[in-house]
Formats: sequence, structure tokens, C-alpha cells
Amino acid sequence: MTGFLADPAFKHALAAALLVSLGSAPLGVMLVLRRMTLMGDVMAHAILPGVAVGFMLSGLSISAMSVGGLVAGLTVALLAGLVTRVTALREDASLAAFYLIAVALGVLLIALHGNAQEMEDILFGNAQSIDSDMLRLMGGVTSVTLLTLAVIYRPLVVESFDPVFMRSVRGRGGLYHVLFLMLVVLNMIESYRAMGTLMSAGLMLIPAITAQFWTRSLGPMMGLAAVIAFMGSVGGLWLGFGFSLPPGPVIVLIVGGFYILSLLLGRHGSVRARYFPFRHLEA
Amino acid sequence: MGGRCVGHAMTITLRNLTAGYDRHPALHHISGAFKEGSLTAVTGPNGGGKSTLLKALIGFLRPMSGHIDFGGLKPTDIAYLPQQSAVDRSFPLHVLDVVLLGHWPRRGAFGGIGAAEKARALQALEQVGMGAFAHRPIAALSSGQWQRVLFARLIVQDAKVILLDEPFAVIDGHNTHDLTHILTHWQGEGRTVIAVMHDIPLVQEHFPQSILLARELVAWGSTADVLTDANLAKAAHLAGHWVEHAATCERDERARA
Repeated sequence: MTGFLADPAFKHALAAALLVSLGSAPLGVMLVLRRMTLMGDVMAHAILPGVAVGFMLSGLSISAMSVGGLVAGLTVALLAGLVTRVTALREDASLAAFYLIAVALGVLLIALHGNAQEMEDILFGNAQSIDSDMLRLMGGVTSVTLLTLAVIYRPLVVESFDPVFMRSVRGRGGLYHVLFLMLVVLNMIESYRAMGTLMSAGLMLIPAITAQFWTRSLGPMMGLAAVIAFMGSVGGLWLGFGFSLPPGPVIVLIVGGFYILSLLLGRHGSVRARYFPFRHLEA
Repeated sequence: MGGRCVGHAMTITLRNLTAGYDRHPALHHISGAFKEGSLTAVTGPNGGGKSTLLKALIGFLRPMSGHIDFGGLKPTDIAYLPQQSAVDRSFPLHVLDVVLLGHWPRRGAFGGIGAAEKARALQALEQVGMGAFAHRPIAALSSGQWQRVLFARLIVQDAKVILLDEPFAVIDGHNTHDLTHILTHWQGEGRTVIAVMHDIPLVQEHFPQSILLARELVAWGSTADVLTDANLAKAAHLAGHWVEHAATCERDERARA
């Protein structure tokens, strides 16, 4: 039952989990703070038809499916923004319509050209299949994400927190918003191989939501989200490899467990904080 | 306030300005001038175009006709404090972080923030009586404290022109009193200050200049001349006659002919 620890596929999957956690947790925190959690979910699903087209053209090739996913994700992000601007419908309604259509289209395309196993791999991921080429790609994406985030950190935070101020100082907030959405799509693509398209939003968003219960400072919030994501990934891979379960859903369920615990016991805004507050301070 | 052009009065002049939303002008054919170093209250009934005037001045709204002559001022010379609803105060930032944003016109998105910038921000917080709160999360502040923090950011921003949209709308008398003195202080430093105001007695006490707007310009000049009973009655009368399905305005064409 512990034989899998020596399996190179397990080591690859662990390294992949670390990379995905580092990159997507801070993005998830920004999505939550910008009240764009639904957008994160939409992006994760929107890449599906692109991945499917890549799969139709060249089989289970990482590069073709990644490029397809990138194109589809960015298209839906831009279309959703456009539709919200030119129609009277509320943004969340437009987004929901978009991602439901995207999932249906993606599933249909894969069903037309693949078998049940391939369908499962794309929807739920296949952590066993992560090889060193895939790891290099993931390392690249995480590095680009963290570097870009470090560079655009200030304007991105200001655009999220006080967009009117940003506009009044001619801060070009729209540019940073688009860069941020591109990073989100890139990271969804990074993680779908391990997590599956249906589960990758869970690893980005749930640790970020969980961290809200423990700290009111932005930096520590991002760090904590990354730690939670990594712990969930390690646990999920362990159980997944040990009991031959698909790791994606197990990982999401473990970070979901952290979420429930934090909801009950966290420092800020939890059930505990509401009904059993600590004694007040002097000032 | 370095870098001020000597001998060139940076007057902001409105020339027959019309601005609004969806073809409906909220501000109709306004002309007048804000002199450098003036302190002006913009008053008038709800929907009379007060906020629209500020949005046109900060450049968020393009004039439908007419234009604004900024007299050599750059967009970054103008600071703008909107009505309170705009900011997400649950955001995990500290008071000092917000005040440091005032350095944006000089440091931009990527410039370093050093000890000098921090000292300036702390000094501004002291000026508004919030020095002890520098490291508190913004979520913990009351409305009055939050407005003081935004004033500290304006102090750091060090702009030549400061636009404020109902800066005292949600705060109590004590906070209003302190912050009004900051407006007067800014004017004393030679800055142009333009504030949308509701409280007529407060305007009469602290603002030398006033504008009375009811979509049309009712009066513009010294506060004593503008806020007369006759003018206020005229503004109220205009406010009672606004129509939703207006015909196309031909006034510009008639003026040209």
C-alpha cells in the first residue's frame, strides 16, 4: 500500500502539486477579493471546448490541448466582458450561460472523438500521466505567474480595491485586469492535466476562500492559501495513488474539509468568532 | 507644491459645457471659471448635475458639447474624491497602505516607496488625527475615520486641483468640522478646491465661492451673491420641471446661425 511512494509518477505528481499550489493560490485570493469567484469557475470550464478541439486534432497531446484551452479560455473571458458591457443582463447570468454552453460543447466534442477513458482523463485529470515534459511546462507557468504577479501586484491590488482612484490617477486599470485574467487562464490550463477541467477551479478557489477565515492581511492570505492548496494536494495524491482513486476530486474534497473546519473555527467571520468571541482588547 | 508656473494663472474655464448620460444632459450649457487658489462649493437640488460637473472635470465624462479649458493643468494635477460607496472596505489592506497610494502621481505603478514616502504618509495621518491607526485594517474604521484616511491620501497626493463629491455626507458634525478646516488650509496653500455640498449653512460659513446648479447654471460667484433666497427658489422651480423624454436640444445650432 506504500509501494507507490517510490513510483516516479508519484514524485512527478507531488512536484506538480507544489507548482500548481504556488501559482494558483495567490490568483485565487485576488479572484475572491475582487468578487470574481464565479469568473474563476467560468474560466476553468471555458477551456474545455478548446482542450477538446486540441484533442480532436492531435490526440492526448499536451501542447495541442494546452494551446486550445488557452485560446478558448481567453475568448470566453473577453466575450463575457463584452456581453456584460453591451447587454443589460447581469454579469453573473451571462457568465453562467457561457460556461454551461462551454462545458456542453466540450463534452460533446470529446464524446464524438474519444473513448470513455479519454473523457475521464480530460474531465477529472490523470495525475499518473504527468511526465518530466509536463513538469517543465508547469514550472514555466508557475514562474511566469509569480513573476508577473510580483510586477503587477500594486496596480492589480489598487484596481481591485479602489478602481475609481485608479482611474482618477490614469492608472490603466483595464490593462492589469486583462493581464490578471490571462494568468488565471494559464493556471487553469496548468492544473487541468492533474486535476481535470472540472476540478481545477476548486484548487484555485477553495484554499483562497478558506484563508479569508484566518487573516486580514493580503500577503499572509496568499501564503496561507498556497499552504492549504499544497497540503490538500499531497493528501489527495497520497490517497489517490494508495487507493487508486482519481486524485482531482479527492484533493478538492480535502481542501473542502479545510474550508468547513475554518468556517466553523476560523479567527475572522467564522461560526466560532460569531458565537464564542475572544475577550475584547483594551483599544 | 513645487513646479508651479509663476505668472500663469491655472484657471479652469468651462465654455458652454453640456455633459450627461445617454444623450440626457445632466449639465446644460454651463460657462464660468474656477480661478487658481479658489475654494468653491457646488450646490443645487438632487439630479442637478453636481456630480456630473466633477466627473467632467476629472475626465470620466466627455463633454457632449462645449469644452473645458484646463489652463495648462495636466490630468495628474487633479485629485478626485468620489462619493463613499465606490470603495470595497472589506479589502485586507492597512490604513497606511491606502495613504501611501497618494504618492501614485509621482511613483506610479512600479516606483519604489521608501522611508521618505512613509514618513510623509504618517505625517498626513497625524494631520487628520489618525496617526494611531496607521497599522489597523481599513475594515475596522468608522465612516468618519475612513473619510479622514481618504483626506490623508489627498494630502499626500499634493494635487493642484482637488475635487470632492459630498465629502461630509455620511459623517458627523465633529468630523465635518475638522475636515472643513483642511479644505480651507488647502486653499491657503494655493490649491484650487471644488466640493459638491448639500449643507447650505456650512457652505455659507466656509466657502468663499459657490455654484448653484439645477441642470442649468442658476448662479456662479461669491457665496453671498449665489445663495440668495431668490436663486434657491429658482433652482427648486427648475428641479420641478425635468422631463424624461426631452426633444433634441437646438440651442448650439441657433447660437451658430
